[in-house]
Amino acid sequence: MANIKTIEKKSKAQSMGMHTEVLTGRTQQKFFNPDEAENFYYFGTYDVDFNKRTDLDVMNMSAPEANKEIDNLMSQGYGTIVIKNPQGKHSLGVGILNKLNLIFEGSLGYFGMGSCDGPIVRINGRVGWSCAENLMAGKVVIEKNAGSCFGAAIRGGDLICKGSVGARTGIDMKGGTIIIGGDAGAFTGFMMQRGRIIILGDVGINLGDSMYDGTIFVGGEIGSYGSDAVDAELTSSDQDWLRRKLKVAEIGEDFDVSKMKKIVAGKKLWNYDNLEPTEKKGAI
Amino acid sequence: MPKKKTKKIKSKGKSKKDKLSTFKETAREKLIGQHIGYRYDVNLLPDYKKITPFLKKYIEAMGWDDLNWLEDVHMGYEEDRPAVFCRNANGWVTIPKSIKLPNNQQDRDMIARELLVKFQMSPKHPLVDLKKAYLKF
Repeated sequence: MANIKTIEKKSKAQSMGMHTEVLTGRTQQKFFNPDEAENFYYFGTYDVDFNKRTDLDVMNMSAPEANKEIDNLMSQGYGTIVIKNPQGKHSLGVGILNKLNLIFEGSLGYFGMGSCDGPIVRINGRVGWSCAENLMAGKVVIEKNAGSCFGAAIRGGDLICKGSVGARTGIDMKGGTIIIGGDAGAFTGFMMQRGRIIILGDVGINLGDSMYDGTIFVGGEIGSYGSDAVDAELTSSDQDWLRRKLKVAEIGEDFDVSKMKKIVAGKKLWNYDNLEPTEKKGAI
Repeated sequence: MPKKKTKKIKSKGKSKKDKLSTFKETAREKLIGQHIGYRYDVNLLPDYKKITPFLKKYIEAMGWDDLNWLEDVHMGYEEDRPAVFCRNANGWVTIPKSIKLPNNQQDRDMIARELLVKFQMSPKHPLVDLKKAYLKF
């Protein structure tokens, strides 16, 4: 009888098997409108055409000037912009929230392509620290090597480095995919919370240290596992996804994904709950 | 009366595979009576066979090769109602009762992705007002 009462109280989400526990969270009290118009771009962004192409020489420009000029070109409808002579300048191409095909003919310095949402970017060179930090959506391809903190805190999109990357790749990442064609440094996937990292080469020490969730795939040797990073079984679904993603990344298409190692969170660090403050109070 | 209701719910019951919360309870979770962690399998990979025509058009319009950032979007719930998390608004957006949801998670996820794109690109999105009020450059 008690069971029947419990079932009676079930909401739609519960009866669909969406949850079994009671949680309270933040709500916007917002509802989707099923009749919303079919629109693919953010409100107020520029309507650009991929076939409308232009070059921009940034040799004598500062980073803010170059970024403003990119914005200006987008406002004129240019959908493909080739940046000439970036000369390792820092913070180039940041904050682009638009559909765009952006090509850099050279290398970038620190914080290149940060906080972007949507563009397809190709960098025909190297990148410094924190490339594509906080990427929300889109695709960023680096033809050579990348520095430390590659893809720090990304939330979505595909970030691809065809060469090798430094330490702390994907630190604090909350979504998206990072693909490395070469080797990765120490603390790769440090504190990652969600998303996926693929490394075709070797990886340094403390892989996935303190990772909360997400998945890391490694094709080469692992220096050492970090705290709470554990092996998991590579499923056929994983292998299909890996093959598709490597094709998207234009690297390692012939790579034997069936021999890759899969690393996930051991979930021993999942200790946060409502009871903790009470327990702490009791202990004091 | 209660028996009839029970039967109805049972007939709609899903197999364990379809459920979002098919994890083994840890000792800690049993003790506190609360699930620790995400509300659904955040690592679930999308089934591209289930992709909707709208999403196909969206991918094509953006020039991407796949679902890109939408691979991380899943149908969850908020306050006992099916909902999707909008990272731009930093909150859950609820599915209206008028939308009928399919029985499996992959189909539900595709609907979630479609609704989220429509919501985020709408001129009625909460960020549009914020942008008008606070945009610096």
